[in-house]
Amino acid sequence: MSDTTLPSLKPSPRRATSPLRSRALRARVSHALAVLFGVSLLTFLVAHATGDPVTLLLPANAPEATRIALAHHLGLDQPLPVQYGLFLLHALQGDFGRSFLYGQPVAPLVLQTLPATLELAAAAFCIALLVGLPLGVLSASRGGVASAALQLLSMLGLAMPAFWLGLMLVLVFAVQLHLLPVDSSGGVSHLVLPALTLSLLSLARISRLVRSGMQEILDRDFIRTARARGLPEWRVVWVHGLRNVLVPVVTMAGMELGDLLSSAVVVEVVFAWPGIGRLSVEALGARDFPLLQGTVFIAGLGFVLINLLADILCARIDPRIASGATSSGSIAP
Amino acid sequence: MSTHLVDVSGLDVRFGATHAVRDFSLAVAQGESVGLVGESGSGKSAALLALLGLHPEARVQVSARTLRVGGTDLLSATGPQLRDLRGGVAGLIFQDPLAALNPLLTVGAQVSEVLRRHRRLPARAARQEAAALLALVGITDAQARLGHYPHEFSGGMRQRVMIATALAGQPRLLLADEPTTALDVSVQSEIVRLILRLRAERGMGLLWVTHDLALMAGIVDRVVVMYAGRVMETAPVDALYGRPRHPYTQTLLASLPRLDRPHRPRAALPAEATAPGHGAQTGCPFAPRCPRRFSACDTLPPLFTDGATQAACWLLA
Ligand SMILES: Nc1ncnc2c1ncn2[C@@H]1O[C@H](COP(=O)(O)OP(=O)(O)OP(=O)(O)O)[C@@H](O)[C@H]1O
Ligand code: SF4
Ligand SMILES: [Mg+2]
Repeated sequence: MSDTTLPSLKPSPRRATSPLRSRALRARVSHALAVLFGVSLLTFLVAHATGDPVTLLLPANAPEATRIALAHHLGLDQPLPVQYGLFLLHALQGDFGRSFLYGQPVAPLVLQTLPATLELAAAAFCIALLVGLPLGVLSASRGGVASAALQLLSMLGLAMPAFWLGLMLVLVFAVQLHLLPVDSSGGVSHLVLPALTLSLLSLARISRLVRSGMQEILDRDFIRTARARGLPEWRVVWVHGLRNVLVPVVTMAGMELGDLLSSAVVVEVVFAWPGIGRLSVEALGARDFPLLQGTVFIAGLGFVLINLLADILCARIDPRIASGATSSGSIAP
Repeated sequence: MSTHLVDVSGLDVRFGATHAVRDFSLAVAQGESVGLVGESGSGKSAALLALLGLHPEARVQVSARTLRVGGTDLLSATGPQLRDLRGGVAGLIFQDPLAALNPLLTVGAQVSEVLRRHRRLPARAARQEAAALLALVGITDAQARLGHYPHEFSGGMRQRVMIATALAGQPRLLLADEPTTALDVSVQSEIVRLILRLRAERGMGLLWVTHDLALMAGIVDRVVVMYAGRVMETAPVDALYGRPRHPYTQTLLASLPRLDRPHRPRAALPAEATAPGHGAQTGCPFAPRCPRRFSACDTLPPLFTDGATQAACWLLA
């Protein structure tokens, strides 16, 4: 190594090149597409393996001719590969068919419920991040009350299933204390209990990740350097320290948001929240194949997009990811 | 009150059971340059970090009779006083600039934060001044380099950045912990020259920690030789090279390659545990390796003064 700038580096990679180099980006996108394909195939197979919608839609004593006619009308008399092929072909054009249950096109039906779920997931995500991040930092840098709170919350979040936690919160805050409403209609106060229930697991995981990351980073040489510059302790911790744990945290937060979407199913059912999760449970119960496929596909799409976004964000935080340099300074994701 | 930049006596640093620095004393006058020499593990860094109170209290036990740097008494200093001292009175340069610079902050941000903290410059002015500092330490195209991250610099350039951050608070004292050890040989002398030039221009005191006794000639006024956490000898650099008094210093000098007599076989230190050890040292810590050991050496020797030299050896008694 000579005492000059490394020749391969461009003047300012953070601004001059895209966050992820385009080859890496293309790999991510094709991976995402493969995941989506897998998800749709799996839902299709599982749904078809577990029941026959015709039996559920018709009364038990319906004549055989009616059954055959209905099966034909719904396209269920065709071979499975053909059914799946047709589904895929239409889905690519944004057409998920008609719901058996509602007799309406699936896409608008699902999209109608989407805002409610997003509202719930976003609220839960904000709670998890806005509480979990500071809690993790404080418990690593100070210990004390923050550490105790973190212990308690992770016990609650990691050990209890969401439906039980939800029921407990309802019992305490709504039924006993009459502080908050149980039902799901309108207003911020209605959001509190479901969002809290949904957030706790993510909150626990995020704060634990932040804490262990910070504990490792605060022992690094550059933290000692920051102190040797006479910087105030808050700047050492929240600027020099936190920035170096953000990459794994953002990666995990992306996955958490995906997890929140799937946990939302349970929470929506417990709190009768009119979202995509409750709709999918309804669709599963009725063997409403198009509706089920539609909900799962759209949820899967959301999941994949979130993770893609997290990858891009990480490359913005740590320029070494974008330039392909080794990340010896910050902790590995 | 002394007018010394550094005034330390009776300094002890313990990492739990490891007693890294023992009864250590050091004085650095205004503008003086001192070399702190010792082999790996002799406690040089541990002593240096104690000068800025950088040992984490929870894990490291530091005690001293006197511990003053630039007029600040570290034994009684408050948080704000400590932070004014760090970077403002004394700038610190570490051995490995890649590890010592924050990988996720631009070098501009890392120089600027010192300027804002110690010179109270507003953001824009700090950026201008940061560019000027980078140029001063020999980084070309400094203005454009402000937005770069440490990993985009070569080792030598990174150490220049480190030096710029240490200078930014206009300190009266520069503390350098083996600033060239992690660098390529070709770059080392450039960094040495840079530090010496800056020291001369700004009239700073300098405390240079190294395990390379040969390097100290022509760099510092005075040398302090450490062994097993203790000061063995301190002397003006010429006296130390010309007439080393302590057997340890003599062995060290004898093991250096000599340009005037290149084929002379080098005397090697008898191999022996050099760890600072656990528990009490009763006799002279160098006794197990000392070629001139005699009966008195079972008792710990104090520092004996002879002219400008001080040495912890019973031979001087
Ligand atoms: N954080 C620490 N925890 C425990 N022991 C430590 C720690 N730092 C240093 N030591 C021990 O203290 C002793 C002195 O270490 P120090 O780093 O001061 O040596 P040094 O003279 O600077 O050596 P080097 O030339 O290798 O840097 C060594 O035995 C070392 O193992
Ligand atoms: S005191 Fe004794 S053992 Fe120690 S250096 Fe002097 S002669 Fe050697
Ligand atoms: Mg050291």
